Amino acid sequence: MSKNNGEYLIIRNDNKYEVIIGLEVHAQVLSESKLFSTSSTKFGSEPNTQVSLVDAAFPGMLPVINEHCIKQAVKTGIGLKAKINKRSIFDRKNYFYADLPQGYQISQYKNPIVGEGSVTLDMPNGEKNIGIERLHLEQDAGKSIHDIDPQSTLVDLNRSGVALMEIVSKPDLRSLDEVNAYIKKLRSIMRYLGTCDGNMQEGSLRADVNVSVRKKGDKKLGTRCEIKNVNSIKFMQMAIDFEANRQVDVIEEGGSIDQETRLFDTKKNETRSMRSKEDAHDYRYFPDPDLLPLELNDNYIDQIKKDIPELPDEKKKRFIEKFKLSPYEANILVSDIEISKYFEEVSKNSDVKLATNWITGELFALLNEKNIEITESPISSKNLSKLINLIKDGTISGKIAKSVFEIMRDGDKDPITIVEEKGLKQQSDPKELENLIDKVITENPKNVEAYKSGKDKLFGFFVGQVMKNSNGKANPKLVNEILKKKFK
Amino acid sequence: MSNITDLKLVELVDKIKKKELSSTEVTIAFIERSKKSKKLNTYISENYENAIKKAKIFDQKPDFKKKLPGIPIAVKDLFCTKNIRTTAGSKILENFVPTYESTVTQNILDEGGIIIGKLNCDEFAMGSSNETSYFGNVQNPVSENLVPGGSSGGSSSALAAKLTPATIGTDTGGSIRQPASFTGTVGLKPTYGSCSRYGIVAFASSLDQAGPMTHDVKDCSLMFEIMSTYDIKDSTSVDFKRENYLTNLNENIKGKKIGIPKEYRVDGMPKEIDELWEKGIKIIKENGGQIIEISLPNTNYALPTYYIVAPAEASSNLARYDGVKYGFRSKGENLIDMYEKTRSEGFGDEVKRRIMIGTYVLSSGYYDAYYLKAQKVRRLIKNDFDEAYKKVDAILTPSTPSSAFKIGEKLNDPVSMYLNDIFTVPINLAGLPAISIPAGHDKKGYPLGLQVIGKAFDEQSILNIAFALEKNISFKNNITDWWIK
Amino acid sequence: MTIDLKTVKHISKLSRISIDDNKAKKLGKDLNSIFSFIEKLNELDTKNTEPLTSIAETTLKLRKDEIKSENIREDILKNSPDKNKDFFVVPKVVE
Ligand SMILES: [Mg+2]
Ligand SMILES: [Zn+2]
Repeated sequence: MSKNNGEYLIIRNDNKYEVIIGLEVHAQVLSESKLFSTSSTKFGSEPNTQVSLVDAAFPGMLPVINEHCIKQAVKTGIGLKAKINKRSIFDRKNYFYADLPQGYQISQYKNPIVGEGSVTLDMPNGEKNIGIERLHLEQDAGKSIHDIDPQSTLVDLNRSGVALMEIVSKPDLRSLDEVNAYIKKLRSIMRYLGTCDGNMQEGSLRADVNVSVRKKGDKKLGTRCEIKNVNSIKFMQMAIDFEANRQVDVIEEGGSIDQETRLFDTKKNETRSMRSKEDAHDYRYFPDPDLLPLELNDNYIDQIKKDIPELPDEKKKRFIEKFKLSPYEANILVSDIEISKYFEEVSKNSDVKLATNWITGELFALLNEKNIEITESPISSKNLSKLINLIKDGTISGKIAKSVFEIMRDGDKDPITIVEEKGLKQQSDPKELENLIDKVITENPKNVEAYKSGKDKLFGFFVGQVMKNSNGKANPKLVNEILKKKFK
Repeated sequence: MSNITDLKLVELVDKIKKKELSSTEVTIAFIERSKKSKKLNTYISENYENAIKKAKIFDQKPDFKKKLPGIPIAVKDLFCTKNIRTTAGSKILENFVPTYESTVTQNILDEGGIIIGKLNCDEFAMGSSNETSYFGNVQNPVSENLVPGGSSGGSSSALAAKLTPATIGTDTGGSIRQPASFTGTVGLKPTYGSCSRYGIVAFASSLDQAGPMTHDVKDCSLMFEIMSTYDIKDSTSVDFKRENYLTNLNENIKGKKIGIPKEYRVDGMPKEIDELWEKGIKIIKENGGQIIEISLPNTNYALPTYYIVAPAEASSNLARYDGVKYGFRSKGENLIDMYEKTRSEGFGDEVKRRIMIGTYVLSSGYYDAYYLKAQKVRRLIKNDFDEAYKKVDAILTPSTPSSAFKIGEKLNDPVSMYLNDIFTVPINLAGLPAISIPAGHDKKGYPLGLQVIGKAFDEQSILNIAFALEKNISFKNNITDWWIK
Repeated sequence: MTIDLKTVKHISKLSRISIDDNKAKKLGKDLNSIFSFIEKLNELDTKNTEPLTSIAETTLKLRKDEIKSENIREDILKNSPDKNKDFFVVPKVVE
């Protein structure tokens, strides 16, 4: 069974099954206030402290739409290379739930604000386009808390009414790696645009996962199941894996798949039917009579287009062309807007190649170790570029640079100061180096003889000795050159 | 001097401004009469003590620039009023006390009005006789055991019985005009988008509109002027130029073209209503107006359309009454059980019936056949009016196909009850303004009304036409104080 | 068309309003008489008619992205039939 490289097949009794995946990603719109009310969207506040009369659906309360959320949706639509619909309609999706105070969710059904678009994934075996079906605006629900009170469920409406963009993909995803790449790419685009912070821990990005299977070669899509509200890439992958195998088992046993909504149990690592909700599964969508159709004009859309920043795909292209980076390097550096910003700041004043290596090497290792984002990096882009310049102009060697980096990580100290204070400056005076080299040659006559009689490998030994005697400060490039001359 | 409660609103305002009466005197007079009129069952909640306190405060520092200087007013219990219980006539909101004020009642308060209580109405405004209220029937002061109309039945009754000098109602399919007609009072349903819906318990969002109910057209103009404001809290509120309706009020209708829709001559309509209509036509002609026969061909489809659109919206609007955030809750074994019991016990039969109709017409497989169809027919009905208004300035019709009926008479026949609104419903579907004024009595001595329908946002014209009709009809209410022992 | 008992029960389930068999029968009768009167709409040809969603003669107005609502938790919870200091309390939800 292979889950990667664009082909994810499940094999049972000589039958090969292809897994078809579509995602409905719910991305929280970055905004100060909610979609239809003026209460705050801030994360992590005391329960029910960010709830207005509108959010709690008091009698006579009416929705008034937040213009910024519309702009964010249009921006995202443009980022997804999608069609912006000049007329869209807000509908009510009717169902009862404890954390849905209105008894309906205001969403967009037949006429979403954004139509078809696409997202390009960089997979190991090349680029792959994933179709976007639509993007629509809708309200988030509140939160039901089941584990505080054993007898009751508690309801917190802080999230109630927060704006979400539901981004629906076409059933174009074929592997767990593609799911991973797709979510990361969406997240990256929205972070570039500033339309969603993509913070999965805080629930800013969740997905309903549609999974179906079909025998390889079949043209017709199988019946799909929707796994609701999965909130991490890892869980999405686990849920898909379980669900696809479950479906194959059902089919192999001669059964058929019921189209249904399922729940992913993260503890048991299994999906489960939500039949309890199923019996009243008729959302009775209709246009919300409290709102009018949303009309956008060309001028408005063009204005937003003008303000769209460079997005990851274009940035990658530019990095490759301008900085001669490999596609692999460029991919890493554009994957997140903050990384790309950091990189551009460092490389603005220092060598691009070194910047690339130091960021993807030492710095990433440090961030990983500390489990922090690049925005929280203990080393500022300014100081990293200074460090790189010290290497580039020969003031210190790469090896010394690593020890300077070690000092920098505890407090973002200026590398120039560190080098001066610790006397780490590289020895580049040819006379001094020659003295050092001469000393090594006189102290190791046997090795000199061996080298001269053809043991080329010993060249490294002499360099090493010189470096050691200089406490690592000798300029290795010059040491090499002088040594070569001596042995001629 | 005549009794304070016999005075009309504009007269009261005048007397207070001239310091001939104090707010306290006026407020106490209406409260005293209200106290003696419990038999009518017009009030759901009383705010007497508080109102008197407010009247006294007003008198200490009167502001005569206000349009309702210290005037006591009782309002339909569909308007949310801060710190005053608001029930919408339903058990499910029996103990609900809003922490906020509806825009329309706020406008009244801002102009110096004092709320003396909340008036009975059909549950969630669903009814035409005030018989669906959880708080019981309302008596029409015209005669014992007669319905006051609905859904603003408490309002029409309290007004006709002079328990409040003016009042406000809401009109979704006729809920201001029909009760006004049944009680011999004036009721205006403004253009959709004219009065804010913020803070009004919603029945059918695309049809609901608040409006004044008064003794005469002058009072109506004043109240409308106060009620109608542009409100950013209601996305369907319209920012049009509002007039000084009272100042501009005049009876000159010379050259006005008044349409008479032939489709409103329905089968089985009592002769008296036809005669009333003729009387109206004659007055218009005599005053220099021009009568033009028009056609509103889709009139007959208005009621069926209404009985899809309104319940559909209501089924969704009333989903918030689930026993969680406010209102009545019944014990349940689990969440769903709690919902089902709460809503089953908390709503009355008519409300449940309409929720079911609404749920059905929106449900999968039926949406296109019913809801979408109704929306399309609604467009046809609106087109009818658009067409007509190319030829006329306003339209004259009877307000209702019959006079008030006895309590209980139509309770078991929903369709015959619904037919009551046959002349008023098309106007809500088209979002137009219409006023009902008392125009005569039938054989039984029950009042009958005429309806003047206007162009969108042209309330001034229909107020003027109604003013002219009123002058010439000189309707006399023959209400005795039979309910006061 | 007629609305049978099963349909009435289904609608009552969707509406989250429990009804017993007697009520359901009575309601079925009412609904049938109402719908037979609604069926009149089928006389009309509306193939080429656009549905009318809103009668308001205005465009959707937009609000600035500003926080204006304060913490009003006390007001929000005040009318709730079951609550504690922080939350609305409802019967246990089993998923
Ligand atoms: Mg979904
Ligand atoms: Zn969604």
